[in-house]
Amino acid sequence: MSVASLAKKENGTCPPALITPGRHYLEGSEACVEGALVAGLKVYGGYPITPASEIMEHAAQRLPAVGGRFIQMEDEISAACTLIGASWAGGKAMTATSSPGFSLMQEAISFSIMTETPLVIVDVQRPGPGQGYITTSQEDVMQARWGHHGQGPIIALAPCSVQDMFDLTIEAFNLSEAWRTPVLIMAEETVAHMRERLIVPDLDQIRVVPRKKPQDLGIAPEDYQPYGHDLVPPLADFGEGYNINHVSLAHHPDGNVARYNLDMHRENVVRLHEKIEGNVDAIARVESRFLDDCEHVLICFGAVARTGVEAVMEAREVHGVKIGFLRLVTLWPFAENQLRKLINKVGTIFVPEMNLGMMVHPITETLRDRCDRVVSIPSIGALHSPETLLEKICEAVKC
Amino acid sequence: MKDNTRFEIRIAGFGGQGVVTIGKVLGQAFTIHEGLNSVNTRSYGPESRGGACRSEVVVSQSEIHYPGVRNADILVALSQTALDTYIGDLKEGGILLIDPNSVKHVPEGVCFYEVPAMEIAHEVGSVKYQNSVALGAMAALLNGRIKKESLALAVAENVPEKTMKKNIEAFERGWAHVSVALNLVI
Repeated sequence: MSVASLAKKENGTCPPALITPGRHYLEGSEACVEGALVAGLKVYGGYPITPASEIMEHAAQRLPAVGGRFIQMEDEISAACTLIGASWAGGKAMTATSSPGFSLMQEAISFSIMTETPLVIVDVQRPGPGQGYITTSQEDVMQARWGHHGQGPIIALAPCSVQDMFDLTIEAFNLSEAWRTPVLIMAEETVAHMRERLIVPDLDQIRVVPRKKPQDLGIAPEDYQPYGHDLVPPLADFGEGYNINHVSLAHHPDGNVARYNLDMHRENVVRLHEKIEGNVDAIARVESRFLDDCEHVLICFGAVARTGVEAVMEAREVHGVKIGFLRLVTLWPFAENQLRKLINKVGTIFVPEMNLGMMVHPITETLRDRCDRVVSIPSIGALHSPETLLEKICEAVKC
Repeated sequence: MKDNTRFEIRIAGFGGQGVVTIGKVLGQAFTIHEGLNSVNTRSYGPESRGGACRSEVVVSQSEIHYPGVRNADILVALSQTALDTYIGDLKEGGILLIDPNSVKHVPEGVCFYEVPAMEIAHEVGSVKYQNSVALGAMAALLNGRIKKESLALAVAENVPEKTMKKNIEAFERGWAHVSVALNLVI
C-alpha cells in the first residue's frame, strides 16, 4: 500500500490527511514522516543525502495534504535555518539528514538552543569520517551531544524499529515544544530503511503537546519577555502582537542585546542547562529486560538493541548466562540516575555500538563502581550479528 | 524458547532487477495479508543500477528482534555474483531459486529451482516485469507458508494501475513455471 493510499478517506474526495489507525507495513523513513504529521508538522526544509533522502521525499509527498509547506534548500545549513524561521512563525518544523549533513547543521542547533527554538532534526547516521560510506552507523552520538559549540544541552532519541520511528518522532516534537529546545532523532540507515509492521492507535489517543504561549498564561504583550517568566519561557509567534527579539548573542530576558552583562549571560546559560539536565528523569527513558536476576548486563541503543536482545535471550536460554538487557531510548540527556537505580552490582557490562566505542564512556562513568569491568563491542558500518555478541559474552563469562 | 517459526528469505542480484521491490512485496504479503510478523531490510551499493543489491525478509509468528538473515531458508539468486556470495549462508536443505540465464554455475550437490524470469518477462511485454515473475515462482515455492492470493494481492498493491494486468500475468507465468516442477495443481 503506498503512503498516499494509506490515508484514503472513506468518503468524499478530500486529499489524504493523516495516517489511518490500524496495521501498516511501512519503511522507517515513512513512519517518521507519518509520525511527524500526526504531531503537527507544518514545515519541512530539506537537502537530500543517502540514506536520509527517503524522509525528505515522503515529506514532500505528504505535507501538501495537511496544508503544510515543503522546501528544498541549497544545502544543509540553510535547510536547518529554515526550521528556525518556521518555528518562530508558529509552525512545527523538521528536517532529516545524514552524518556529513549533520555536521553542517551544528551551527543552527547551537543557535536554536540559545534562542530556545523548538524544532526536530533527524540524523540517519552513516559511517564517517568525511563523506565516509553509505551503510549504517552510530558514529554521531557524541556529535549529537557535543558537536554544537558552547555549553548547550540537547535532547537526543535513538529509535530501534519502524514503530519507534513513528512513536519517537511524535515524542521528539512533544519534548521540543515542552522544553522549548531542538530535539535530535539519532536514527541509523538500519531503522530508516527497514520495513515492518506499524500499529497506529486512534489518533485522539496520541498525546500531542502544544506550544506554551504567553496568551494562554494571561501575559499581556507589554509584559512579555521572550526569554523570561519561567524555566521554560512561553513562546509567542511572530505577528501576534507580542514584541519578540530573538537573539543568540547574550541577552536580557526581554531579548535586549544592548542591556546585558556577564552575570546575566551566566544566569541564562545555567537556566538553559538546568532546563534539560535538571529534568533528566522527566525527559529520558530507558527500557530493560531480565534485570531481576542478572549477573551481567548488555547496554545498547538504536538498531543494535534488536541484535542485543536476541543475543541476550540466546545467552540465557542456550548458555544459561544470567545476563540482563538495557536499552537507552534517550541518549541525551544521559539517564544517569535511572541506570544507577536499575543496575546495582554486576560482573561484566557489555556495550555493543556501531562505532569504536562512544556511549561506552558515559556508561562507564556512571556505573564504574557497579561492575567489575566494561567490555566495548565495536562495529563499523554494519549491525553486529547475534553470533558476534554471543561470542563476546561467552568469552567474557566463560560459558 | 528458540523461535522455531522464524523463516528467512534472501533475494540478491543487481540494481534494476527489482530485488528491493520483491522484498517489500513479500514482507507486505506476510504482514498485512497473512497477519505474521515480518521485517524487510535492504542494502545496495552507491550505483543506482548495476551494483550489487540485496533484500532480506525475516518472517515469524513471534516478535522479530535481529532483523537480518542468519541462515537463509530461501535464496533467490538473480546473478552469478549473488549466488557465489550468498550460497554459503543457505541453510542445509534450503531452497535455491535462480534465473538460469544469469546464473550459469551452481555448486554440486545443491538442489535448486529455475525460473527464466527475464525471458518470461520479455515474453509478457517488458523485462521490467521480471520481479513479478520471480514473485510468482516464489509463491509456488512458499506453497503452504503463504497463500498465492496474498502475494498476488501484494503485487497488485505495489505496481502502477496501468501495468497491473501485465504484472499479474507475469506473476502467474512465474507461478506456473515452478508449479510444474513442484507438481502443484495448476
